[in-house]
Amino acid sequence: MLRFARWKVASVLAMTMVSFFLIVPSLLPADLRTAMQKAMPKWVPTQAIVLGLDLQGGAHLLLEVDSGDVLRSQVNNLRDDVRRILREENARLSGGIGIQGRTVQFRVPEGSDRGRALPKLRALANPAGASSLGVSGAPPFEINEQADGLLQIVVTDAGVNERVRRAVDQTIEVLRRRVDALGTTEPNIQRQGADRVLVQVPGLQDTNRLKELLGTTAKLEFRMVADPGANPGDVDQLDQTDQPGKLPVEKRVMVEGEDLTDAQPGFDQRTGEPIVNFRFNIRGGQRFGEATSANVGRPFAIVLDNKVISAPRILGPITGGSGQISGRFTVEQANNLSILLRAGALPAKLSIVEERTVGPGLGQDSIEAGKRAAYVAGVLVFCYMLITYGVFGVFADLALAIHIIMIFAGLVLLQATLTLPGIAGIVLTIGMAVDSNVLIYERIREESRAGRSVVLALDAGFNRAFATIIDSQSTMFVAAVILYFLGSGPVRGFAVSLGLGILTTVVTAVTMTRMMIALWYRFGRPQKLPI
Amino acid sequence: MRTFRLAPDNMTFGFMRLRRVSYPFSALMSIISVLVFLAWGLNFGIDFAGGTLLEVRAKSGQADLAQLRGLGDRFALGEVEVQAFGGNSDATVRIRLQPGGDAAQQAAVERVRETIANDYEFRRIEVVGPRVSGELVQSGTLGVVLSIISVLIYLWFRYEWQLAVAAVIATMHDLLLTVGFFAVTRLEFNITSIAAILTIVGLSLNETVVVLDRIREMMKKYKKLPIPQMIDLSINAVLSRTIMTSTTTTLALLALVFFGGHVIQSFSLAMMWGVIVATYSSIFICSPILIYLGVRDVTEPAAKS
Repeated sequence: MLRFARWKVASVLAMTMVSFFLIVPSLLPADLRTAMQKAMPKWVPTQAIVLGLDLQGGAHLLLEVDSGDVLRSQVNNLRDDVRRILREENARLSGGIGIQGRTVQFRVPEGSDRGRALPKLRALANPAGASSLGVSGAPPFEINEQADGLLQIVVTDAGVNERVRRAVDQTIEVLRRRVDALGTTEPNIQRQGADRVLVQVPGLQDTNRLKELLGTTAKLEFRMVADPGANPGDVDQLDQTDQPGKLPVEKRVMVEGEDLTDAQPGFDQRTGEPIVNFRFNIRGGQRFGEATSANVGRPFAIVLDNKVISAPRILGPITGGSGQISGRFTVEQANNLSILLRAGALPAKLSIVEERTVGPGLGQDSIEAGKRAAYVAGVLVFCYMLITYGVFGVFADLALAIHIIMIFAGLVLLQATLTLPGIAGIVLTIGMAVDSNVLIYERIREESRAGRSVVLALDAGFNRAFATIIDSQSTMFVAAVILYFLGSGPVRGFAVSLGLGILTTVVTAVTMTRMMIALWYRFGRPQKLPI
Repeated sequence: MRTFRLAPDNMTFGFMRLRRVSYPFSALMSIISVLVFLAWGLNFGIDFAGGTLLEVRAKSGQADLAQLRGLGDRFALGEVEVQAFGGNSDATVRIRLQPGGDAAQQAAVERVRETIANDYEFRRIEVVGPRVSGELVQSGTLGVVLSIISVLIYLWFRYEWQLAVAAVIATMHDLLLTVGFFAVTRLEFNITSIAAILTIVGLSLNETVVVLDRIREMMKKYKKLPIPQMIDLSINAVLSRTIMTSTTTTLALLALVFFGGHVIQSFSLAMMWGVIVATYSSIFICSPILIYLGVRDVTEPAAKS
């Protein structure tokens, strides 16, 4: 009881010191911390505690890629490939190429035509580059030959999954560019599950703008407005953003948004109206130049996500590779559109399946409330231990203070997120941490009442209580672990601080108080226990 | 120095006699819990039911609750629950899950937002779509089931079957009464409530383990003593610790209830209930079971002590 190995004492002291240094940066004001990060060598801890979105305010959006949309475009691409191959091989079709769900079907009556086309079609399904194979290695399509030369190409589950996976990757890229354009600090964008993307943007005031930026597909197309006499099969009737009614627009696309290299908001020099200036890449510039040269005097439509933004008349060939979009925008709309065009279009529609936004005001209030609760709980428990156990209560209180410092240090070290339930977890461990001390002290009292000498009672108290402490703490720890793996965000924060609290209790309440009591005994040599 | 304590030293209170009161009492509470749960169900929050929760603060300092309630009829959003707090400047507005999937939720929020944005500051917006809420129900259920299984495994290894059965019954009792607490008080049941329940399972087990450990120790020490007396002796021995710990934990939780803010109030309240129930059950429910199970059949405890 009274003897401690040097290394034990040293390591407990070292842990305390390190913990203390770890939490210092979190106590400093933010600007001082940044200055410190620049001035100090790398190994000096300068990280602050990471606050959850519920404490610092911010937006948490869970977005889902529309797999149906992905599948539709995949099947459409497949049909285009089939058409190309059949044309290249001069294979004669009977009827058209039909699409049904995830199946592309068509009829090639001549056996010799089929013989030429099939190997190429199979190559589609088993391309030489393995990259378009699914992770499982399964082919993305299956080709079935039916009677009468009917061919069916079916997109397999593996094919869909692979395409969705790539769509999510692409979506993350695009979203990152869009969110970065907002200029907020440290947005977190990550994949979640098979078809979801989690976007967390801390400290954002205007989540509406974020939602607009994230939820827009931003597929930009330049198409000709259809002549009144055009074949109805080649024409789409599209909504217009600036006026009611539909506008007939040709299905054929002249230039697409992916041929843009830059887009910037600006103002029209004549009207002063907000506009978006853009520049094409070489291919886009050429196509746009050719199309405008051939159609001088006719209107063309600028189409964003299947809505006509504006339909200006082509006054002359536009060959410079740049242009402007006007559409009665507000300044913010022009800003947003240029961000969207720069970042590129999403590969598929996105929908918001979960949104949790906390304003900075509520976050600050929560921090204040959490602090107040922690102080009150701390003072109550401190005093209660003090009046119950006297000088031993002081030891327990000291250990408790270090215990709290260690929890925070652990949070910094793991770069775990402190959430409001996390603060609740810490407050709860304030109440529970002393449990270990109570178990020990009560045992000591009991042994002492049973007639043992001071030192024997101390020894027996610590030793006998230890098994129970480990038992009772491990049950709580299991609960914390389950919560960690199950919960997300705030609940996970609770699990982390609870778990950390349990781990540090064993160090502080058991080892540390034991050392303090040993010291006290060595110097005081008391004949009677003060509890 | 004379120190203060709630439980006097050398107490020899006959806890086991009280089982004639505590068992009917607990049985009644459990039946009430089950009946209320079946009749009223839980007041599922948006995590599990889906829907929208807005927390708004009136710029004028006085929230117009009638106007906020009227939003439901105005936009055909179904019933809109409005609750004021913080001296009527703040209110939460809860909109039920709208038919029509994820897009419909966003559309509803958008309409409400546009209508009241001039008069209110939005402090919190939570929208949970139908699929995410379904998944949260699944993971919440999984959490409770997993925690029960791990409790069972732990007890299986840790104790002889009589003690393990007693601990399981006590834990289930606490779980049942906590669910009953949510059902009776109509506190919102969210994902944090699952966190509270799992923590309560941990706390309950913690209390039970402390008592059972002592009983096992006494069992070996006083082989001749009748079981009820032996258990009484054990409980009296750990009583001051049990009271100490539940007092400190309750003090901490009281601080959370009163000062921790409205966001986690139901979480703190549930936890406090859990601490009280867990303490009660470790003494009055868990231990007396051993009398009925005849714990003396075990001569050599299996586990280390």
